[in-house]
Parts: sequence; C-alpha cells; structure tokens
Amino acid sequence: MRAKSYQSKLDVRNGFVELRHGSGGRAMSQLVYSLFHEAFGNDWLARGNDQSAFGVQTGRMVMTTDSYVVSPRFFPGGNIGFLAVNGTINDVVAMAGARPLYLSASFIIEEGYRLSDLKTIAGSMGEAARTAGVNIITGDTKVVERGKADGLFISTTGIGVLPDGLDLSVDNARIGDRVLVSGSLGDDGITIMSKRQNLPFQSGLVSDTAPLHDLVAVMVTAGGSGIRVMRDPTRGGLAATLNEIANQSGLGFRLREEIIPVKPTVAAACELLGLDPLHVANEGKLVAIVAPETADAVLAAMKAHALGCDAADIGCAVEDDHQFVQMLTRFGGERIVEWLSGDQLPRIC
Amino acid sequence: MRYADEFREGVIAQGLARAIAAEASSERRYRFMEFCGGHTHVISRHGLEDMLPTTVRMIHGPGCPVCVLPTSRIDMAISLVDRPDVILCVYGDLMRAPGSQGRSLSRAKAMGADIRMVYSTLDAIQIAERAPDREVVFFAIGFETTTPPTAVMIRHAEKKQLRNFSVFCNHVLTPSAMQSILGSPDVDNVGSVEIDGLVGPGHVSIIIGTKAYEFVDGFGKPVVITGFEPLDMMQAILMLVRQVNEGRSEVENQYSRAVTREGNLRAQQEISDMFEVRDLFEWRGLGFIPHSGLKLKQGYAQFDAEMRFALHEQRVAHNPACECGAILRGVKRPADCKLFGCVCTPETPIGSCMVSSEGACSAHWSYGRFRDHSRRQAP
Repeated sequence: MRAKSYQSKLDVRNGFVELRHGSGGRAMSQLVYSLFHEAFGNDWLARGNDQSAFGVQTGRMVMTTDSYVVSPRFFPGGNIGFLAVNGTINDVVAMAGARPLYLSASFIIEEGYRLSDLKTIAGSMGEAARTAGVNIITGDTKVVERGKADGLFISTTGIGVLPDGLDLSVDNARIGDRVLVSGSLGDDGITIMSKRQNLPFQSGLVSDTAPLHDLVAVMVTAGGSGIRVMRDPTRGGLAATLNEIANQSGLGFRLREEIIPVKPTVAAACELLGLDPLHVANEGKLVAIVAPETADAVLAAMKAHALGCDAADIGCAVEDDHQFVQMLTRFGGERIVEWLSGDQLPRIC
Repeated sequence: MRYADEFREGVIAQGLARAIAAEASSERRYRFMEFCGGHTHVISRHGLEDMLPTTVRMIHGPGCPVCVLPTSRIDMAISLVDRPDVILCVYGDLMRAPGSQGRSLSRAKAMGADIRMVYSTLDAIQIAERAPDREVVFFAIGFETTTPPTAVMIRHAEKKQLRNFSVFCNHVLTPSAMQSILGSPDVDNVGSVEIDGLVGPGHVSIIIGTKAYEFVDGFGKPVVITGFEPLDMMQAILMLVRQVNEGRSEVENQYSRAVTREGNLRAQQEISDMFEVRDLFEWRGLGFIPHSGLKLKQGYAQFDAEMRFALHEQRVAHNPACECGAILRGVKRPADCKLFGCVCTPETPIGSCMVSSEGACSAHWSYGRFRDHSRRQAP
C-alpha cells in the first residue's frame, strides 16, 4: 500500500465518525485507508480503485447480497462484522454449494459512531474473510446524520463458483427426501435477545456465527448430487426455511420434534419469552434436503465435522397439496410448524 | 429443561389418553371449555386433540386478554398516541390488535407514534424516569394474573413521585366472564353452546384461589383448575370426564402444586386497595358484562390515563363477517368463519382471535388447520 500523507493520525481510540468521514474528502480517504484497508488488507484494495477486476472462471457462478442491522452490534461469540462476512459466505455456499471467492462491503454509519468500535468490527470482518479464504475487494462508506441510522449498517455481496454437477435450489426437494440439520437451533437468536437492554436474563450462550463452506464441501463430497437443497435457517428459523422449501418444491414435510436438536438453555429462554425455538434465528447452521439413499452418508460426514457434530435427521418430505410442514410432537400429537408471523412478540401471560 | 420436560412426557400422556378413552362413554358427548388462552395454546401446540376420543371436544374459551378487548378500547389507545407528548408502553401482543377502520398500534407506530414494547411493568417505570418531559402511559391488560404487577408498578410510581406516569386500565375479572358463559345468554344472536365442564385457569387461580369459582355450584357444571403443561391438561380432562360420569359438579384443583383454595392473599389485598369494579365492561364476543372490569380507585386518579387524558369510549361496530364473537363463545369453530385463512391470518388479523397466539383462530391457523383438510378428505 502506498503511503498516504494526512495532517494528523486518525484518533481511533477516542474519535468518532463525523459527517466529513463520508463526504468524499480527505477525511473519508483517511478513514477508508487507515481503517478498512488496514483490516481487510489485500492487493485489490491496495490499488485504490473504486472497483476491482478479477478473473472469471468457466462454469457457473453464484452471487448473493445481504444487509446486517443487528442490535446490539456486539454480543457473546461475535459482532455485526463477523455476521456480515459469515452470513453472506453462508448464503453463497449454503444455498448453492459454491466456493466463495470475493466479497464487497458497504457501510452506512451514523454520525457519532465510535471509531474504536468501527475498527474492531472491521477487524472482525477481515479475520472472518481470511478464515474463509475470501477477499473483500471493494466497498463503500456513507455517513448519515445522527438519528438517520442506528449506529452502523453493513451490506455485503458475495460471489462464488459452483462445482460441476451441483444444482442446489429451493425448488429441488422431492417426496421421500430426508431433512438434515447441522446442529442445535436458536442459539444465535436467543444470544442476541438475551443481550437486548430490556431483557434481563443471562443465558451463557454464545452466537454460533461461523462460515459453513468447509462443512458444505464435506457434505458435497459425501452426497454429491443427492443433496437437493441447502439453506441457512437465519431469520424466521427452521420453520421459515422448511415452509419456503415446501412451497417452492410443491410438497410437505413431516418432522419429529424429539429429534430436533435444541439446547436446554434455548428451550428454557423460549419458554420464558413465549417463543418457538423453530422460529428463532440461527447463524452458522444449515438445513439440507437430501435424497434418502445418500442421507446416512451425508449425516455421517456432517457429524464428523466440528460444525456438524450435533447434526440430526429430523424428518422427511411428503406428498401434500397444502404444503404443510407438520410435526409429531414430543408429547404424541400432531401440529403444523407455521411461518413466524409478524415480529417475535412475547406473549402476555 | 427441568420442571417442564417432566410434564411433557409422551409415555405418561399415552397412559392418560388410554384412561380418557376407556372412561369416556361412547353414548354421550363431553364438551369442555378451556377458559384460558394459555390452555388453548397448550392444546394446539402439543397436538392434544389427536389424543382424545371423538366424543370429547375441547371448546376454546374467551380467556385471552387481547382477544376479548373490544375495538373501542384499542381505538382509545390509538387516540392517546396521536398526542406527540405520549409514550405508550405495551405488551407485544397488543401491537397488532385491530382497532376500527383497519387501524392498529403497529400501524400507528409505523406512522411515527412513540410506542414501546415492554416485557415487564417495571420497564415502563424506567422509561418514565428517563423521559420526565413526556407522558408515559402503560397499557394495562389481562386477567387477575397481570393485575398485581400493575398494582406494584403504580406503587413504585407513587414512591418515586412520578408525575408523568399513568395507566390505561383494561384489567378484567375471570369469574364474571365464566358466570356469563355458564349462564349461556345469547349475545348478538350468535347462539350459545352447551358446555359440560370447564378447564379453569391456572395462573389466575394462583392469585384468586379455587374459592373464587365455588359459585359455579349453582350451574351444575364441573370445574377443574388446571396447570399449563400438556400432562396437566390431559389429567384435567380425565378429571372432568370422571365428574361428568359420576354426576358431580365440583371445583377440583389439578394444579395443586401452585394453586390453593385461598389464593395469594397479599396480591388480592393489593388489587382491592387500588382498584374498584366497573359497573359494566365490554368484552368482545360476550358483550357488556356487569362487574367484569377494573378501574383505578379515586385515590389513584392521578395514575388513571382515562381521567388524565379525558379518554372516552366510543362504541364501534365490528366487521359483520368476523365470527370472533361466536368462536369465543364456542358456538362456531375457526374454520366456520368465512374470513379465516382468507383475509384473516396472523399476518393480517381482522378479528382479535387471530392476533394473539393464545387466540382460538391463531392457534388453529398456526398449529391445527391441517385437521380441517384431513376431516374433509375422510369419507
């Protein structure tokens, strides 16, 4: 990186983001170079362009985009920066089975945001990208007046390349396919909720944010084209993911509650707040719809991986014109697993 | 999860299901109303209907505070947040409760009203302390379970000499509503349904005790006060079947690990110190029931939002196609309503039974509507 001459060093420790940091002048340049470039450090950014050129591989590529507005921005096990990188990587890999290559990152920052927090978050993004072997090669910074945004919003876009022969799509599920989840559900959502100012309980949980590309690679090796759909059940939880697959694939699902992995802490917090763990958001987890003949092999491969050690085969796809996701309860009755409606509102009594 | 899983044990449930099936006579029908929305939720969420013989039918009662709140009271709250100085603190369920003309607190919030979702009454006190130049109003709602926390909140406000805090009181009384249902009057021409027994509220009874239901003797119907775990419910149904079979109509206490005959005397005292019974209060689906609602006593008038902001109730007509009234009274089932699942879903509730997860329509939509289709498919 070429040396830049600025009148004074950016006071990261005590400073705050001001409108001038987004106005296109010297202050913005200083913020971008000394904070973001420093954290993301790669040859593309070092050239200082407003875009980056990269070689295109033969075959099929995938692209996805996501915005991150989580509050609070720091929570046990991570921060918004980790989410912004891992979440988009997981969309690229988990939804399509692709190998992630490049990311872009766009920041909308509220005037008055602490530079030290921004540096920590940028550092986490750099760390997450390096862990996943992905480069953040372009970005944008906007600063808005106080009150016009809530601290910091991040948008990331990811590009990846698909292995030959793999066609994962949400409309690919077939009757008889098995439903696999990679681990316990609801950890991330409950962690975030427990840290919200007005929820006075401590869970001891940490967010499960993690890049899934390595787990997916192992699964693809074990299951190949027997893997029909993969999704990361983020907002709306497992319920939303399975309902979406049911609608798109024109079938229903039958699940068994007693096999669905939910940590006791998460179950207890949900009980307290009147929430359904199947509606609670996850990070670093995936749902796979897999052909019945390869399901056991894929499940074994998942269990052998650190991010899939609690994986479980929780049910199967069935013929159903109404496309219900139905579940045999632990108690012995049947019920629908419905989409989350509205926001997650705790019950009154 | 300790103290919960023990009450959700499938093997014990199967045993209770067998006992109910064995003891329920095939010669008669057993129509039991679970009064409480919490019980409706438990039945639906755990799929209990699948475990009962066809002769036993559960009728979902009106015990969901959001469901029975009439449109006029929601309108009053909406008129309150039209004032720019007001911060309204509400429990989450209320946000989507439908007011008149398609309005709701959720929509008012989107249009700029300052409405805060709180998880405890003390959150509202904190908000009032932090915003001394604003009027902070707590939207108090619920049966006897949520009334003591409102009383405690007002005590705190009094102690802290908060001048900017008040309560919009919508607390209602369970025994009055139960009496109204057992009397089976035909309100708004929706008809009435015969009930053979009542699953009595659990949490409410912790406060008011089983004694409060002893009036039902006169109606000749059994009542079983019941806890909120699925095994509680199965056991209560068995107890009701037995009472019916033996021709008894007693108040029995299944929830003996929490409920006593006398109830929580201190909480009762707090309620009677601070609140008085309204002459008349409107319940959605049940109409105006005498002596069924609470308001703050004169001595606490400074904390009464209705007095403070001169709020007036204006009677508004409910959507005539909405069957909430008949559903709350057990005359119709959710699927009998033309709006159910078409224009009325939890996303866009028309009737209040679709708003809270404890409402009969919402519970049926979210957990049980597959049964409507299996019924239709059956020969």
